[in-house]
Amino acid sequence: MKRYLVWGLVLPFVLWNLTFVIVPLFIVLYQSLYPMGPDYTVTTQASLANFRVAFSQANLEVMGRSAIYAGATTIACMLLGYPLAYYIAVYGGRMRSQLLILVVLPFWTSYLVRTFSWITLLQTEGVINRVLQALHLITEPLQMLNTHFSVILGLTYGFLPFATLPIYVSLENQDRSLVEAAHDLGATPSQAFWKVVFPLSLPGVISGSLITFVPAMGDFVSADILGSPRTQMIGNLIQQQFLALFDWPMGSALSLVLMLLMVTSMALYVMLAGDRHA
Amino acid sequence: MREQKPSPWWLRLHALTVYLFLYAPIFVLVLFSFNTDRRNSSWRGFTVDWYHELWQDELLLRALFNSLKVACLATLVSTVIGTMAALALSRYEFRGRETVGALAYLPMMVPEIVMGIALLTFFIKLGIQLSIVTVVLSHVVFSVGYVTVTVRTRLAGLQGNLEEAAADLGATPWTTFRLITLPRILPGIMSCALLAFTLFFDDFVITYFTAGIGATTLPLQIYSMLKFGVTPEINAISTIMLVFTICLLALWSRLESDPKTLGR
Repeated sequence: MKRYLVWGLVLPFVLWNLTFVIVPLFIVLYQSLYPMGPDYTVTTQASLANFRVAFSQANLEVMGRSAIYAGATTIACMLLGYPLAYYIAVYGGRMRSQLLILVVLPFWTSYLVRTFSWITLLQTEGVINRVLQALHLITEPLQMLNTHFSVILGLTYGFLPFATLPIYVSLENQDRSLVEAAHDLGATPSQAFWKVVFPLSLPGVISGSLITFVPAMGDFVSADILGSPRTQMIGNLIQQQFLALFDWPMGSALSLVLMLLMVTSMALYVMLAGDRHA
Repeated sequence: MREQKPSPWWLRLHALTVYLFLYAPIFVLVLFSFNTDRRNSSWRGFTVDWYHELWQDELLLRALFNSLKVACLATLVSTVIGTMAALALSRYEFRGRETVGALAYLPMMVPEIVMGIALLTFFIKLGIQLSIVTVVLSHVVFSVGYVTVTVRTRLAGLQGNLEEAAADLGATPWTTFRLITLPRILPGIMSCALLAFTLFFDDFVITYFTAGIGATTLPLQIYSMLKFGVTPEINAISTIMLVFTICLLALWSRLESDPKTLGR
């Protein structure tokens, strides 16, 4: 009786995930193995031809760029997010939860809206250029939109709340008496930070950078809205294959490569960070 | 960690700069939705005309209606399915429990764009026409995992002794659920559902790949308008979306501060 009840309760959930997550992902895998012929017909012979093309020179360049953008985004998020998290955790006082809410709030608003809102600031006739010109810091407007800078900026803006939260949690949970002990033993404030506080906050840094790097790697919105064809990421290639070139098998192969890259970089990162931590 | 000393000035300056970074684009967006200048580059004067124009824009209104319809339906379905799964996961020991629990995180682990193209392929291969229905089905994939995880955490905080007492007094499982469990957990579930609604009502990526003609939601409409540059209308509709999201979050925090939500 109880067994039927339990399975009755979880069955819709399991079926939904099977039907709309697992099965579609297997279809993508299957589809990637049957490359499309020149006349938009799907070949009947399974092959890895799509994957050979996926790793072609041009595509490798895009993958390298995606990894560099994601890496730069992660570093930027850490440099911006860590001191902020530290400030809130240590000096936030009674305002702590309000300060934290202010960090997380943008995450709840539309990612699309948050991304394109930078256009008004960055464009040649935009707010930043006008301010800089009014201050006589520049004579010619800077080209900021459609550059590596603007895409990385968009990604950083999108994922900063993700990066900050785990760091905050790891700092918040630290025992304050450890720092006092370090001070009592003659450590300078900077020694106390680098020898005690920072190493203890590493788990937060690691999970914060993972949940920044992974989605940044697969993003296409920032490059689509703030970038140009020269700043394409893998996500943009996949989007093109599906919605412009209609070579779905190729797009599927690229999607699988993207997932492979993510899993590999995640494993590598955890291994490296784990080693240093131990 | 608590520190009594005042914070160093550079740390304060850094924090201030990051908050500026987080809110400057949003501030400019809202500001320029009241700008008389159409080109969106310099401030000319205050107007609410763009907001008036929104009400004349048939496509935009339809998109708004579609967004609300999708979010309501997806939240309803995922709340029912997710709560059922969360009940089983938090109340019963059964074989495969770990696997079912991990399933909730699966759609969040797969890159959004890959989930988007996978669902698109799935619907087309099965001969299902893309429509509002396919958008709702796809949204549920994400929000059901979210609801399951959050409701499960909620339920874990509740003790089961009231249920035990009811069972001892001879109540059937269904009666116990209807009269004891449900009234206690309902406010908490509502709160989780509200958060799922807020999170997915302005979704872009998944909707982008799974919406057919006639199923354009607000973010999709904004995206297609963006191809012609940022206009004050886009700023205005985005501002309305921002305000709507913030209202939902305020409502959620009201719910959360109510002890009933925690089942006490």
